[in-house]
Amino acid sequence: MYKIKISDLPALFDKLSEKYDVFLPVDFDNGAKYKKYEKGDVLSEKLNTVKSPKDFFFPQTEDMMRFKTEGKKIDVIDIREPKDDFIVFGVTECDVKSFEVLDNVFLSEPADTYYAEKRAHGVLISRACSKPSETCFCKTYGIDPSEPSGDISTWKADGTLYLRPNTDKGEAVISVISGILTEADDDEVNKEKEKINKILDRLPLKNLTTEGFGAGKTAELFDRPEWAGLSQSCLGCGTCTFVCPTCQCYDIRDFKTNDGVIRYRCWDSCMYSEFTKMSAGQPRLTQKERFRQRFMHKLVYYPENNGGLYSCVGCGRCLQSCPISMNIVKVMKALGGKNE
Amino acid sequence: MNNHEALMPLVAEIVDIRVDTPDVKTFTVLTPDGKKPFDHMPGQCAMVSAPGVGEAMFSITSSPTDTEKMEFSIKRCGGFTEYLHGVDVGQQITVRGPYGRPFPVDTEFKGKNLLFIAGGIGLAPLRSVINYCRDKKDDYGKIDIVYGSRSKDDLVDYAEILNEWCSDKNVNVHLTIDREQEGWDGHVGFVPNYVSELGFDTNRIGIICGPPIMIKFTLGNLTKLGFEKTQIYTTMELRMKCGIGKCGRCNIGSKYVCKDGPVFRFDELDELPDEY
Repeated sequence: MYKIKISDLPALFDKLSEKYDVFLPVDFDNGAKYKKYEKGDVLSEKLNTVKSPKDFFFPQTEDMMRFKTEGKKIDVIDIREPKDDFIVFGVTECDVKSFEVLDNVFLSEPADTYYAEKRAHGVLISRACSKPSETCFCKTYGIDPSEPSGDISTWKADGTLYLRPNTDKGEAVISVISGILTEADDDEVNKEKEKINKILDRLPLKNLTTEGFGAGKTAELFDRPEWAGLSQSCLGCGTCTFVCPTCQCYDIRDFKTNDGVIRYRCWDSCMYSEFTKMSAGQPRLTQKERFRQRFMHKLVYYPENNGGLYSCVGCGRCLQSCPISMNIVKVMKALGGKNE
Repeated sequence: MNNHEALMPLVAEIVDIRVDTPDVKTFTVLTPDGKKPFDHMPGQCAMVSAPGVGEAMFSITSSPTDTEKMEFSIKRCGGFTEYLHGVDVGQQITVRGPYGRPFPVDTEFKGKNLLFIAGGIGLAPLRSVINYCRDKKDDYGKIDIVYGSRSKDDLVDYAEILNEWCSDKNVNVHLTIDREQEGWDGHVGFVPNYVSELGFDTNRIGIICGPPIMIKFTLGNLTKLGFEKTQIYTTMELRMKCGIGKCGRCNIGSKYVCKDGPVFRFDELDELPDEY
C-alpha cells in the first residue's frame, strides 16, 4: 500500500502524463465526464460519470478499415495503428466489473482485435466509491464498491489517497510515480471501507435481488403479461443502452469519402426498430419485443452464456437518464422474486 | 476462419453470373489470383459486401467438395442485393467467413437416408449439403429432394437439378409448383402437401428450408408421418452485422444464429422463445 496527499495529486497526474495518456473524471456543467488530463484539471468528486468508461475500449464510433475502389477493383486497407499505453483513472467498482462482462463478449474466440488491443494497453485505476447514490444497486450483483479492483485500487481518506497495485500493469505504473509516493499501512483504508459499508446499508435499493432471473428462466419469463405494461411508454430512444457500461451491441456501416470508403462501427441499440429489420421481415415487431430483449439479455440470456454472470452492474445510470423513468429495477421488481 | 481478423474481409472477384430465375442470380466468386476464397462446411455462411453499398450474410451454396470456386445464389429483395443483381462479371466484392455451425454431415447425417425439402430460394442453403452428400455417396444412404416454387420459372438451379440430380441414381427428385402452368407436366401443389402425398417413412433425416410458413406446415406434416423433431433440421436467417456473436442482433433467446446456428435441429428450436 502506498499513499500521497490529495493536495499533491496534480504532481501525480503531471508525472503520469509524461509517460501515459491519462484520462480522469472532470466536472462539466452536466456532470462528471472522462477527459484527457491536462495541467490544471482537477479530479471530480462525483463518483458516477455521465457516460461509462467503456468508450475507451469500445468507442462510440470507431473506424475499422478503408476501401479504395477503382473501376471494378477494390483494395482493403488496414488502418489500425499500434496503440500506446494509457491510464483510465478513478473508475468505480461497478464500471471495473463491467469490463468483465464486455471481455466475455469481445475476447471470447474469435476475439475482437479492435477491443483486445485497447484492453491490452489500457490500465484501470479504480477508486473506492465513498458516495454511492440512491440509484445505486451494485451489491445486488455481489459487487463491493469499498474494495475496488482493476490494475491499481485507490481509496481516499482523511486528505490522503491510498494506492494498492493489483497487477503487473499496476506495478509498472507505480514504479513511474514511486518517487512521490510513501509506503502506508491498511488502517485508514480499513476504516474507510467500514464507512462505505455503512452507507451501503442505508441505500434504498439495498434489498433488490436477482431472484427469479438467471440461466434457464427464458420459458418462465418470456411470455409474462407484465412486459406489455412495462414497455408501454418506452420511447425507443436507446438512452439506456448508450449510458449502460455493459451494453455492447454495435452496427457496422460504410461512409463514402472523396478518397474511398471508410468502414466504421458504432454503438447500436436493441431498442431501435431497425436493429433487427431485414428485407425479409422483422422478428421484433413492436417496442414490447425490443424492450423485452434488452432485459431478457441482461438478466437471462447473458447469464446463460456466461456462467451465471449478469450483464448489469447496478451503476444506476439508466435510472437517472431514462426520459420516462423506466428502468431495470422496475423490471426486476415486476417480474422477479421477492422484490416488494 | 482467419481468427484474429474475423471482421477483416478478403477481396474477391465475381467471375461468373448465372441467371436462375427472374429474381435469383448465382454468383461465382474467386480471389483476384483465381483461388477459392476459403474452405467451409455445408450450411456455413459468409459475409458478402460491396464497400459503400452494404454487407450481408449469405449461405454458401457451392459444396465444400468443389475445391475450385465459391458460389452464392442471391435473391433480389433489398438495397444491397439490388446492387449485386446489377453488376457485371469482373466486379470485385469482399467476402469474409465462414461463419456458423454447419449441418452435422460427419456425425448425425453419416450413413443415414436424407430427405431434403425446400421452397423457393430455400434451396440455396441446401444445395451445398445436397451436393456434398452426393459427392460422398458412400457415406450416406438414399437422398430424396422435394423442391417447389411458385412457378417453374422460379425454380433455382433448374439446369443442375435436371442434368445432374435427376440423373444421379442415388437421388430421387420430386419437383412441384404452386399453380398449373403451360409447359409444366410435373406435380402441382404446395410443398407441405406434396411431402404428405409422397408419404416418406421415418427411416431418414429431414432437412427443411424455405419461407417460414412452408417450414411450419412441412414440419407439421412430417410429424404426422411419424418423424421426431430430433430427426429434422432447418437453417435460419436473421439480420447480422459481425458474424461472430458480438454485435448482438441475431439472437433467438440465448442463441446467436450466426455462431450457434444457422443450422438448428427442431428440438433445439423448441427450447428457444418464438421470436424469429
